[in-house]
Amino acid sequence: MELQPKMPKCWSMASKPHKFCPGCGHGLVLKALGQAIDELGIQDRTVFGCDIGCSLLSWDFFDVDTVQAHHGRVTPVMVGIKRANPDLIVIAYMGDGGGYAIGSQHLVNSANRNDRITMVLANNTNYAMTGGQMAPTTMPGQKTETTPFGRDVNEDGYPMKGPEMVAAITHEGAYVARGTVAKLRTLKSYLKKALENQMSGRGFSFVEALSTCPTNWRTNAEQTWKFLEDDMQGFFPPGELKVPPELAAPAGSPPEGMPIRLMGAARSGAVEGSDGQP
Amino acid sequence: MSKPVKIALAGEGGQGVQSVAQILMDAAALEGKEALYIPNFGIEQRGGVSIAFVQIGDEKIGAPKFKTGDIVIALSDRAVRRTRMYVGPQTLFVYDSGIEGVEGDLPTNAKQVLAIPALEIANRKLHPRVFNILIMGAVIGATGVVTLDKAREAIDKRLGYKFEQNPELRELNFRALQEGVNLVAGMGVRS
Amino acid sequence: MSEAIAKPVEGERKVFMTGNEAVCWAALAAGAEIMYGYPITPQNEIMHYWTRNVPRFGKRFLQTEDELSAGFTTIGGVLAGRRAFTATAGPGNVLMQEPLSMAEAMRIPVVVVVQQRGGPSTATVIYSQQEVTLTCFGGNGEGLRIVYSTSSHQELFDYTIKAFNTAWKYRWPTFVLADGYQAKMRESLIIYDPGARGISMVPAEPLVGKPGKIGEDREAVHLRNAYSVEEELEVALARDITEYERVAPEIVESEAFNTEGADLVVIAHGIVFRSAAMAVRDLAAQGKRVGYFRPVTLRPFPQEQLQKAVAGAKMLLVAESAYGQLLKLVKENLYGGTCNLPIETILRPGVGITPEEVTEACSALLDGKGA
Repeated sequence: MELQPKMPKCWSMASKPHKFCPGCGHGLVLKALGQAIDELGIQDRTVFGCDIGCSLLSWDFFDVDTVQAHHGRVTPVMVGIKRANPDLIVIAYMGDGGGYAIGSQHLVNSANRNDRITMVLANNTNYAMTGGQMAPTTMPGQKTETTPFGRDVNEDGYPMKGPEMVAAITHEGAYVARGTVAKLRTLKSYLKKALENQMSGRGFSFVEALSTCPTNWRTNAEQTWKFLEDDMQGFFPPGELKVPPELAAPAGSPPEGMPIRLMGAARSGAVEGSDGQP
Repeated sequence: MSKPVKIALAGEGGQGVQSVAQILMDAAALEGKEALYIPNFGIEQRGGVSIAFVQIGDEKIGAPKFKTGDIVIALSDRAVRRTRMYVGPQTLFVYDSGIEGVEGDLPTNAKQVLAIPALEIANRKLHPRVFNILIMGAVIGATGVVTLDKAREAIDKRLGYKFEQNPELRELNFRALQEGVNLVAGMGVRS
Repeated sequence: MSEAIAKPVEGERKVFMTGNEAVCWAALAAGAEIMYGYPITPQNEIMHYWTRNVPRFGKRFLQTEDELSAGFTTIGGVLAGRRAFTATAGPGNVLMQEPLSMAEAMRIPVVVVVQQRGGPSTATVIYSQQEVTLTCFGGNGEGLRIVYSTSSHQELFDYTIKAFNTAWKYRWPTFVLADGYQAKMRESLIIYDPGARGISMVPAEPLVGKPGKIGEDREAVHLRNAYSVEEELEVALARDITEYERVAPEIVESEAFNTEGADLVVIAHGIVFRSAAMAVRDLAAQGKRVGYFRPVTLRPFPQEQLQKAVAGAKMLLVAESAYGQLLKLVKENLYGGTCNLPIETILRPGVGITPEEVTEACSALLDGKGA
């Protein structure tokens, strides 16, 4: 009897079991990504770039050439590679901070240039590795280490809706989608399209993946899924926002969105020390 | 070791100061001389006085800028004030006599201060467009830094494409060059 | 990448051009394939000339959204196996330390041309020698970099070509450090095809995306700059520092004149060296006991050569268009040799220094009146 789940072929066995926290969504996003790479047969010519933060832990995750870059700078490194050797398939992998805060100018400009790269952004509404500070995607009222009383939209604005912004500024040929680890097969199909879009040379591809962080959310398993499927999906509706005609989905696509529900258990007001890394 | 001739040319944007500098450089190259040219650039250049620093000599030039020039030519009132700092006891300071209101601003420490009616002559005998070539002639006349022959060749090189469309322009430019030389010679200047 | 349609420079010929243009032609002659850049005065023309030559010679270019991106995309270009370079100045150089730290840590052979301007902050767009510390030691590391300081257009051309070879041979970020005067002034130089002078170009090679099947022909490459514990970092740094120090003697370059028997040795770099050289040669021709020492590589610094050059001197004169950035390097590298020499200085941050000024200072020192 097979006890272990089947791993994507392009995963590196040497770095498993991986170092992500129990319940972390990264493992699921990277599984979907690995499956997409396998199905497209591009392992040998893919270059995978990861950011600082939890995505850093994916630096030896794949049996794929990997470059770990500085915080927010994966995108330009991948753009540089792609411009120098367009035959390679480049994936810029990062979190919400690396993509929407420090890396936002690179995101915006790469999207505008229609760079033939694939960006995959794991959105777990906080800066997790450094101990759970507010991120661009932290939701109103959500408690984090730097918003211990809940995000105040008057002070810090609203959560950033990345795919919506990217869809608004990209041009013909771009593919933009938001998936969720709650619907892994759909996420995989989005990632596959995002890679196909690059392979065809059509344009810029961007997939945000709603992901989980029970460690910093201080949630148990049930609360974690609830937060993801009710609260997050309410604010960040999954679905494909921009699809080139050649990639349009056939009839019978998975349903989108879920009803909005209010915040779950509140965070305690105590400020705790960070036991994270960079 | 013979020292290079240090030339500072200054005027308003559009008076052709940098063009003259470039043509002088070309002429020096044709003479087989060493030369170095640097404009003032950056923020000052925008809307400010346009200055060209040119040095021509037999050996490689030592530094791009100099404290005092052998000849300083100012083509506007702002240029007169701006270039005073490059005037020393060995400097020939030349300005256009048509500039008004600069009597009080003229350098008092120069070797010689010369007012030449360059613009007036350009307007009267030639064409305002070749005013800067007349100035170039004045520089050559005062310093002998390049031969007229090579100066003409350099003008041809740089402006030849315009002359092809309008052959009279070549004559005009060459006449302006000569006028400049004559102007300075007529005022008894030889460095 | 399409094959070059023509060779940018055949044989050699004398030209009159600006420094920025000379840099561009050197990069072309060296076989640079792609430039990434962001506008900042006074290096913009490097991009202007490069982009105009892109179609003609089958090159590539990307204007990025800022210098952070310019540095990181250059890293990407090098990772993909191209001779890639960028250029910057002043505040752009400050931003570029972000990606340069990564290049330093990961031994990525990027080539960067720096045209120094006034500092700090925006200051002037014109000139200085105030980016020495930044270019040599910027970023949060130990300055494991190679920095060439040029003093003429010929050197700008020669050392830009050399920078690609040095970078790809030794695998450190390599810099051509010049300034706004050199960038914008026009003077003569000889441009040449390196091959015509017997200079062979060290080939670039991809660090990622090499051909072959993973698991059969090759292993996957995993490049990182982050470590989990101190000991890991210690090992990595020890390895890099040891190697840097091992190859430093092969890389250092310097020039000395009339230092044997000189009472006064003048020390300067870059374009200020030019003024110093003129002054010293003039005075030496008059029989004065003065010489000069010029570091060509600021990093690694020619320490041995410096100490040898000043061994018999009674005093030194350091001249720079900064407030002690070269002076600091000199003092640091004198230690262990003749470190009690009195050092006079001409420190003019952001302002040029003429041969006359150096002559005046030397004369005063030699006559015993002090600077």
